[in-house]
Amino acid sequence: MNLEVLRPGPLTTVQDLGRPGLAHLGIGRSGAADRGSAQRANTLVGNDAGAALLETTLGRLTLRASAPVLVALTGAGSVLLLDGAEHPRDTVAEVAAGATLAVSAPTWGVRGYLAVRGGIEVPPWQGSRSRDTLAGLGPAPLRAGDSLTLGPEPARPASGPVRVDVPGAASLQALLGPRSDCLGERGLALFWSADWRVGTQADRVGVHLHGPTLPRASAAELASEGTLPGAVQLTPNGPVILLADAPVTGGYPVVAVLTAPALDRAAQLRPGETVRLVPLRGHSLSLR
Amino acid sequence: MTRLMPYGEHGLLVELDDLDAVVALAAGLRADLPPGVLDVVPAARTVLVSWESADADEVAAAVRALVDSPSPVAVVGREHHLDVRYDGADLREVARLTCLPIPEIIELHTTATWTVAFTGFAPGFGYLVGGDTRLQVPRRAGPRASVPAGAVGLAGEFSGIYPRASPGGWQLIGTCPTPLWRPDAEVPALLAPGDTVRFRAVP
Repeated sequence: MNLEVLRPGPLTTVQDLGRPGLAHLGIGRSGAADRGSAQRANTLVGNDAGAALLETTLGRLTLRASAPVLVALTGAGSVLLLDGAEHPRDTVAEVAAGATLAVSAPTWGVRGYLAVRGGIEVPPWQGSRSRDTLAGLGPAPLRAGDSLTLGPEPARPASGPVRVDVPGAASLQALLGPRSDCLGERGLALFWSADWRVGTQADRVGVHLHGPTLPRASAAELASEGTLPGAVQLTPNGPVILLADAPVTGGYPVVAVLTAPALDRAAQLRPGETVRLVPLRGHSLSLR
Repeated sequence: MTRLMPYGEHGLLVELDDLDAVVALAAGLRADLPPGVLDVVPAARTVLVSWESADADEVAAAVRALVDSPSPVAVVGREHHLDVRYDGADLREVARLTCLPIPEIIELHTTATWTVAFTGFAPGFGYLVGGDTRLQVPRRAGPRASVPAGAVGLAGEFSGIYPRASPGGWQLIGTCPTPLWRPDAEVPALLAPGDTVRFRAVP
């Protein structure tokens, strides 16, 4: 059984939940940028949540299945087209032998997750099948003519449709970051109240935001320190939200860190979209 | 003074007084990872500890215990002798910043025994310490969009070699032909923390 890639779309990569534990070697976790959607797609077809699946970027992926298979599409506002017939997101679809399945260009969001029952079987690198687009590690992005094989049939059955609301304007919850003191009181108030606009520079590494210039309390250069996806760095050109393929260290102050659901939402931000950052009061962490 | 700061819901950033404290804490944590902790990332003055599911207070307690009584963890590494062609684009600028003639910069760089304090930034990159303090120069005012693979640089107390072409802000003094990163090798990174490096000038 294989899936033949007819059209790869702008960028389709194999992803799973990444390769944590290697950051001290300079290797980031990578993995699905919208982890919630990826896990949901896998659960729908009965895979383990961390099975390898396809992450599409602005859709337009077309595959042909050589044998019958169950699939599910989640994430950005695309539809599944089975031999041209529309099928909704967030529910299992049965693909017939020889049928084409396509992911349409989404009407909102960026990244779609196509899970296939059994998972995508490609050689893993350091324990994960995720493509790290910054470091160039893991399976190569899909090209026309590629043939994808599937893993063994999982034990769990496929599950019923999930209701997922179309997200409204992005309101991203975040905790204060370790370097929020680089912004004075005024700067911080502006950071939380501004209507940020997503710039054209947006990829798996990070999303650049444009908006007001934030008055800084300190202009001191910062030594590089560890970073995590979801961190909001303050660069000279404005805030940058780090996504799955961000470098593991950075020299810009991190003024906020998104919650996991907010990071999933950030992975669906399109250039031109408006974003608000919303402070979340930290849970108690007894610190000195 | 040691400071512990939350880094989102899945991280803790520890700020320490000096590089020795960083190396000791990172080694202590790696030797006995607190339950749930996945990554320990040392940098010049910090250690970032992160997890997917862990008790943040438990992690903080483990960090504090190590900071209060660091256990000596000896890291013994391999010795590397690496060739360098001292043809870097910033050699003249480094000469200007240090007030040293270029031959002396090369002399200082090649006579030091450098130690890999920690790795990170990019796969295969090692932060080297132990050079003469006269070689300490600031990073460039603006980073280059692309530093060539193998470029040898200086920044602050560190020297380092870029494993592959990438953006970079260090002062470039030469080129090293030895591959630092081979993803398909059993051990992809040439340099590991605790390894020592001696540089050898080649024409």
